[in-house]
Amino acid sequence: MKKRIIALVLVLCLALTLCACGGSGDGEKQEASGNKTVVIGVYEPLSGDNGAGGKQEVLGMQYANYKFPTVEINGETYDVKLEISDNESSNDKAVSAATKLVSAGASVVLGSYGSSVAIAGSDTFADAGIPAIGVTCTNPQVTLGNDHYFRICFLDPFQGTVLANFAYDELGAQTVYCLGQLGNDYDQGLINYFSEAAKALGMTVITESFPEGNSDFNSYLTNAKNQGADVIFAPTSISYAQLIVEQAAAQGLTIPLVASDTWDSNVVMDAAQGKDLDIYVSTFYAEGGDPEFEAGIKEWINADSTNLSNNGGNDMLAAVTVMGYDAYLTALEALKAAGTTDPGEVMAVLPSVTATGITGEIKFGENGDADRNTAFIKTANTETGVWDFVTVQSVA
Amino acid sequence: MIAKYLPYLLAGISVGGQYALIAIGYTMVYGILRLINFAHGDVFMIAGLVMVYSSASLPMYIAIPLVLIATMILGFVIERVAYRPLRSAPRMSVMISAIGVSYLLQNCALYFTGGLPQTYPAIPWLSRSVNVLGATTKMVTVVTPVLTLVLVIVLVMVIKYTKIGMAMRAVSKDFETAQLMGIKIISVLSMTFVIGCFLAAVGSLLYFTNYPSVIPTSGSMPGLKAFVAAVFGGIGSIPGAVIGAFIIGICENIIKALGWTTFSDAFTFVLLIVVLLIRPTGIFGEKATDKV
Repeated sequence: MKKRIIALVLVLCLALTLCACGGSGDGEKQEASGNKTVVIGVYEPLSGDNGAGGKQEVLGMQYANYKFPTVEINGETYDVKLEISDNESSNDKAVSAATKLVSAGASVVLGSYGSSVAIAGSDTFADAGIPAIGVTCTNPQVTLGNDHYFRICFLDPFQGTVLANFAYDELGAQTVYCLGQLGNDYDQGLINYFSEAAKALGMTVITESFPEGNSDFNSYLTNAKNQGADVIFAPTSISYAQLIVEQAAAQGLTIPLVASDTWDSNVVMDAAQGKDLDIYVSTFYAEGGDPEFEAGIKEWINADSTNLSNNGGNDMLAAVTVMGYDAYLTALEALKAAGTTDPGEVMAVLPSVTATGITGEIKFGENGDADRNTAFIKTANTETGVWDFVTVQSVA
Repeated sequence: MIAKYLPYLLAGISVGGQYALIAIGYTMVYGILRLINFAHGDVFMIAGLVMVYSSASLPMYIAIPLVLIATMILGFVIERVAYRPLRSAPRMSVMISAIGVSYLLQNCALYFTGGLPQTYPAIPWLSRSVNVLGATTKMVTVVTPVLTLVLVIVLVMVIKYTKIGMAMRAVSKDFETAQLMGIKIISVLSMTFVIGCFLAAVGSLLYFTNYPSVIPTSGSMPGLKAFVAAVFGGIGSIPGAVIGAFIIGICENIIKALGWTTFSDAFTFVLLIVVLLIRPTGIFGEKATDKV
C-alpha cells in the first residue's frame, strides 16, 4: 500500500515536470494558416546564474516574432517558429540544449547570452552545419576560427578597453580591483582585456576570483578596500551582481563599482535602489534611443503577465532585449537573402547580410563580428531606480 | 590592524554560525539514523523561498513563524514519505532516496521560480547596518553567533534533560534495544527531523538576510560546507558540529584575507581530507566500537 502511494506521488511529480517543460516551450502556435514553417532556434539560458538575462534577451526575439510572424522566402510566405531551448547557463547542459535545436530542424540559431555556453554549444552547431548568431556574447573566442558563428554586438577587447578608459578618465582611478568568477570565460576574458588596457594607462591592477556558487563577497570587498582600490571592476553574471551590490551597500562601501553589459538589468537595479552606491555599466543600447519601438515593446510586455515576470516584474527595457529583437531581424534578412530554409545556404549568405536594427546598422566584418565601435555608459540612479545615461564611449 | 582584519573575522563568525545551524541537522540525523540527509541543504533553500513568497503578501511577524512552521512540516513529510518506508532497507537505498529528495526539491524550486534569482526580503531589524569597531556590517552578522550559541545551548539542554532527549540518546546508542525498551522510535525520528529543519529554517533566515538572493542551488554549497563541518567536528556530536562550522567559516575568510581567494573553497575540502586522515572520527567523534 505504502509503496503504491509513493509510486503514485512519483508519477505525479514526473507528470508535473513534463507539464513544466511543455509549458515553457513555444509549441502550440500557428497551425491554422497553412503556410510552411521555418524554424529559428533560440539557444538561451532561461535558468541558472544567467537566467534573468537570458529571459530578457528572449523577450526581444519573441516581440520581434510577434511583430514579424512571417517571412518571404523565394516568393513564398513562411511562418516563423521560435524553438526555444534552455541551456541552463551551464556548460555541461550546453550540448544537449544545442542538439535539441538541431533535431528541431532550425535554419539558424540565435544566442546565447553568456559567452561560456555559446562556446560550449558551438561545435554542435558546426557539426550540424547550422549558422548561429550571437546576440550579446562578447568574448572573441565565440566567433574566432570558425565560419558558422556570427555576432551582432561588440567584443570584450573593445568593451574592456572602453571601461578601463572610463575608469581612468572619468573616475580618476589609479588602482583597480578586478573580481570575476573562476572558470567563467566571460568574466575572465573581460578582466583580462580590462587589465591590459588599464596597465597601458598606468593603473595598478589587482585581480581576484571567486568560485562558482559563492555568495559571501564581504571578504572580497574588504580586500579591495584594504588594498586601496579606487574602482572595483566586477563583470559577473546577474546573480552574483545582486549579491555584490547588497554586500557593498551593507559594508558602506564608497568605491565605485564598474561592470559590463551583464549588469545592465533591472534585477541589479532593484538591488541597488535606495542604497548609497556608485555603479557604472557599459551596454549596447541606452533607453530613449527609439521611443516608438520602446512604447510598442513595453505595451506588449505589460499585456502578458508571463512576459512581465520574465522581464523582472516591471517594464524597464534591458539592452539585451533590444539586441534580441535586432538578432531576430538579422535572421529574417539572412533567410530572405538565402532564398531557402536550408541552413547551409543561410550560412553562406550571412557574411554579406545587412540589417537595420534598433541599435543601428548591422553588418558583419572580420570573423563574422558586427562592426560596432561605440558603447553606452550608464549609471544606476539609486533614488529613482532607473539607469541614467552617462556618456557614449568609443575607442579610437 | 584590527580595522583591517576585523571585517574578515566578522564575516567568518557570521557565516560559521549559519553553517553551524545547518550542520546540527546533519549531525543529529546521522547520530540517530546513521543516514546522511543529503536533502538538508535543499530544505534550507526551500525555507528561503517560502520566506520570499510569504513575505510578498504577509507582514513579517506572520511570515517568519510561517517559514519556521512550513520548514518543520517539510522535514516531517520528507522523513515520513522518503525515509521511513525504507527503514529496514539497506542503508545505501536510504542514501539514494535522500539524493532523490534533494533533486526533487531543487527541481520544484526551479519550476516555481522559473530559474530566476529571487530577492530575499529585508527583515527590518536584522538588515540594519551597524558599526562594530570601525567596520560597517549588517546587524545579522552580530546576531548570528549569539543566536546560534543560544539555540545550541537550548538544544543540548533538551537532549540532556527532557524525556524526548533521553529517548534520542537511547535511540542513537542502540536502535533495536531502545525499541524493545518501549521507546516510540517513530516519534523520536520525526522529532529529530523537525528539530533539524527548524534550525535550518533559522539558519536560512540569517544566511539569506546576509546574502539576499535565492536560486534553486542556493542550498548546495552551504549544505556541503555544513556537512564538512559536521564531519570535521565528529559526525553525531552537536558541539563538534558547531565548533567545526565556526572553524570552517573563519578559516575560509582568513584564506580570502590572505589573498588566496581562488582556493577558499578548495581549502575547506582539503581540511576535510586532512582531518579524516589524522582523526577519522573528527575532533569530537566517538570511537566506534564494533559489537560482535
